[in-house]
Amino acid sequence: MAHGGRIAASSALLAAAAAAFVLPDWIISLATIAFANGLVVLGLIVMWRAGLVSFGQAMYYCIGAYAVALIGRWTGVTDAVALVLIGGACAGLVSFVVGFLLARYREIFFAMLSLAFSMILYGVLVKTESLGSTDGFSVIVPTFLGYAPHQEKLLVALYWLVLAVCAIAALLVDMYLRSLAGALAIPVRDNEIRVEFLGMSVSRLIHTKLVISGLLGGMGGALAALAVGHVDPNMSYWTTSGEFVFITILAGAGSVGSAFVGSLVFESVRSFAFAMLPQLWQMLLGSVLLLTILFLPQGLGSLIVRLGWRRNAGAP
Amino acid sequence: MSAPILSVRDLGKRFGSLIAARDITVSVPAQQTVGVIGSNGAGKTTFINMITGHLRPTKGTIHFEERDITGMPSRRITGMGISRSFQVAQIFPSLTVFDNICAAAAIGRAPKTFMGHVRTPLRSRESIAEAETLLELFEIARYRNRLAATLPQGVRKLLDIGMAVAGSPRLLLLDEPTSGVSIEEKFNLMQVVMSALRNRKITVLFVEHDMEIVERFAERVLAFYDGTVIADGTPTATLADARVQALISGPKVKGAVAHV
Amino acid sequence: MLTAFAILIDGLVYAAYLFIVAIGLTLIFGVMKILNVAHGSFYTFGAYGAATAVGIYFDRGLPDAGGFLLMVLFAMILGLALGLILERGVMRLVYGRDEVVMVLVTYAAFLILEDVVILVWGPGSYATYQPLLAAGNMEVGELILSNYDLGLIVVAALLAAASYWALKFTRYGMLLTAVIFDRETAAAFGINVRVVYTVTFVIGAMLGALGGAIMAPKIAVTLGIGVEVIVLAFAVVAIGGMGSIEGALVGALIVGICRAAAVHLVPQVELFVIYGVMALVLMIRPYGLFVRAQPRKI
Repeated sequence: MAHGGRIAASSALLAAAAAAFVLPDWIISLATIAFANGLVVLGLIVMWRAGLVSFGQAMYYCIGAYAVALIGRWTGVTDAVALVLIGGACAGLVSFVVGFLLARYREIFFAMLSLAFSMILYGVLVKTESLGSTDGFSVIVPTFLGYAPHQEKLLVALYWLVLAVCAIAALLVDMYLRSLAGALAIPVRDNEIRVEFLGMSVSRLIHTKLVISGLLGGMGGALAALAVGHVDPNMSYWTTSGEFVFITILAGAGSVGSAFVGSLVFESVRSFAFAMLPQLWQMLLGSVLLLTILFLPQGLGSLIVRLGWRRNAGAP
Repeated sequence: MSAPILSVRDLGKRFGSLIAARDITVSVPAQQTVGVIGSNGAGKTTFINMITGHLRPTKGTIHFEERDITGMPSRRITGMGISRSFQVAQIFPSLTVFDNICAAAAIGRAPKTFMGHVRTPLRSRESIAEAETLLELFEIARYRNRLAATLPQGVRKLLDIGMAVAGSPRLLLLDEPTSGVSIEEKFNLMQVVMSALRNRKITVLFVEHDMEIVERFAERVLAFYDGTVIADGTPTATLADARVQALISGPKVKGAVAHV
Repeated sequence: MLTAFAILIDGLVYAAYLFIVAIGLTLIFGVMKILNVAHGSFYTFGAYGAATAVGIYFDRGLPDAGGFLLMVLFAMILGLALGLILERGVMRLVYGRDEVVMVLVTYAAFLILEDVVILVWGPGSYATYQPLLAAGNMEVGELILSNYDLGLIVVAALLAAASYWALKFTRYGMLLTAVIFDRETAAAFGINVRVVYTVTFVIGAMLGALGGAIMAPKIAVTLGIGVEVIVLAFAVVAIGGMGSIEGALVGALIVGICRAAAVHLVPQVELFVIYGVMALVLMIRPYGLFVRAQPRKI
């Protein structure tokens, strides 16, 4: 981020945090979920820049969520920070292992294989009675470094936690995108054979990106689980993955911030549509997606950020 | 007399019962410019692919700067100082010319440690400086801000070769550097490329079908036929060789083609 | 022994359903290289259309055969209309874009169409069991088999034979094969690829709707039936090879039998099996069992 960008981002972050004191509860809830989902989308953006779209990202979301739910229930751990880190780590581990295989695929095959894996997880969860099958089960109420807030204070505490995690993740991912490994995403997307011939291992680059997005997906799921208070197998279903991809298109891959802005917009539109037109919200969402693809192929992010060669990081 | 930079002995490659290359023994001194000729399927590309590590030889050895690189994986060989360019220019169409070369330079410079490529930036001072130098050397500086996808063919080839040079190789293999380039531009392109490579003291092996280019720019010519080298000598001698004329180049006709 | 036979029949019935649903999807992918998420919508419209037809026709004392015919007719008409609207109205706007973008466009269309269903038929569910009852049952030893299910197998087999014949022996079929194999060359030979696209898409839509119509009597026709079908059809197509009709048949059989075996023997792995096979095939032969890898064109 350029210096000016850093100041803008920090101010936005502080404003968002301070807003917790004045905003009504339902908006804080909405924003919490939106930003948690934004983490997953951030992971998708990291992969999209390299030309990869996953139709199964919900798998990591689900793993992070279930990890939190299970650890909260089976062990005595209730600390939110610990839970989020563990959730992320579990998902990251899975993505590391799966990545050895997945890093060899591209385009539609990558999409379909990742879809298959997420549906396998779904199938396993649905048929596992001890995990509540299709009903899922509830998540314990978290504590925050010893402090145990109730009700509105819990809401705000979760909100601030999500903001903090997102801010740190955004910073780290931004640093990654500026490094050689991150910047090589576009050459890899353009001509990975040449990258290989120049001496850089493409599968290692892609494997790294898969692990990064797995970690982010897991943390997003962990935060969502804490915020919603419930987990179920649907978190691994293809429609959930579809939503994340939807937001990625909406957001555009232009910058780190667009993941969160896009997610906020999506969550707002969805809640609004659901409230106003309960029978037509899918139609509204579908139309938004279609219009975005047709008229705004670089996503919302392109309206906000135009920096150097990032301009070329847009539509695949 | 120092050791040859590239030393190939009894090199051979077979795919099942198909023998793509056999009994190739060649020794190339540093900074020599070698032209490689032969009709399609004669084994030139197989030869190049074995040197760059993309094909594993089934017989023989390859030594680069006295180190045995036979069968080494291609990424390692690139890291050791051997690079290649392509018949169809392999560039990054979404990026500008400058960024193309900068990326190549950065990759060449990336530390080979575990997370080295994460800790270095793309546009470091070194890679930017190297990119500027190469743009000048290959005379494509005026295209620096154009998207690579919009370049004319000659410039694409120059960019492709420039990217191969960005990693500071000591041995460069050019696969048909003038293919696809119009007759008017061929000589000029080779002129630019050869002076750039001489400036960098790089040993060159280039595959060519245009005998006039070979005559003009090579110090030595290897003629391939049926998977092996049938002639090896100065351009004049090799192109006058009866077998080469019969099997590859055809008889030399005086005054038939206008020189640029 | 009985279990084995039950698995076989169940497997064949399920395979028949999968094949009918998947054939349209694989056709569209083979010709247009689009993974059409809206295929689920064709299925849904077919099912709802059949529900309407059944509601109109049955229980009036008219011959049952007419009812079956009406169901199929409604479905085909809906498929035709939907296919045309979608292809000419939406897909046409994004041809030439990246494959993944095309998938997302069909996903958007799917979302929109899900709510169109609500607009037309309301949020309630429809029971269309009449054709199932009308067909009656057959006793084979200790098993009671539904004639409707057996009819499904016959329809699927006929469909497979018909499409095989159509592709190999009719002029249109050969044009289609050419376009599937190499669109650019086909166009260079004067084949009107645009028309082929439209016709293929519409046929695919009609087949998808047919699948929905045929399955309607066996399921509760309600919101969301398209959602599960899409991903099942994807699995079958991925296994068999995208664009291959024989592949869709074999893929359907594999998935059908595996699922039936799972349901009877190890119910816990029922869902796992389908996607497990899909993942396995993608890992070993990413292009599917019946499609050769395409060489990289530089």
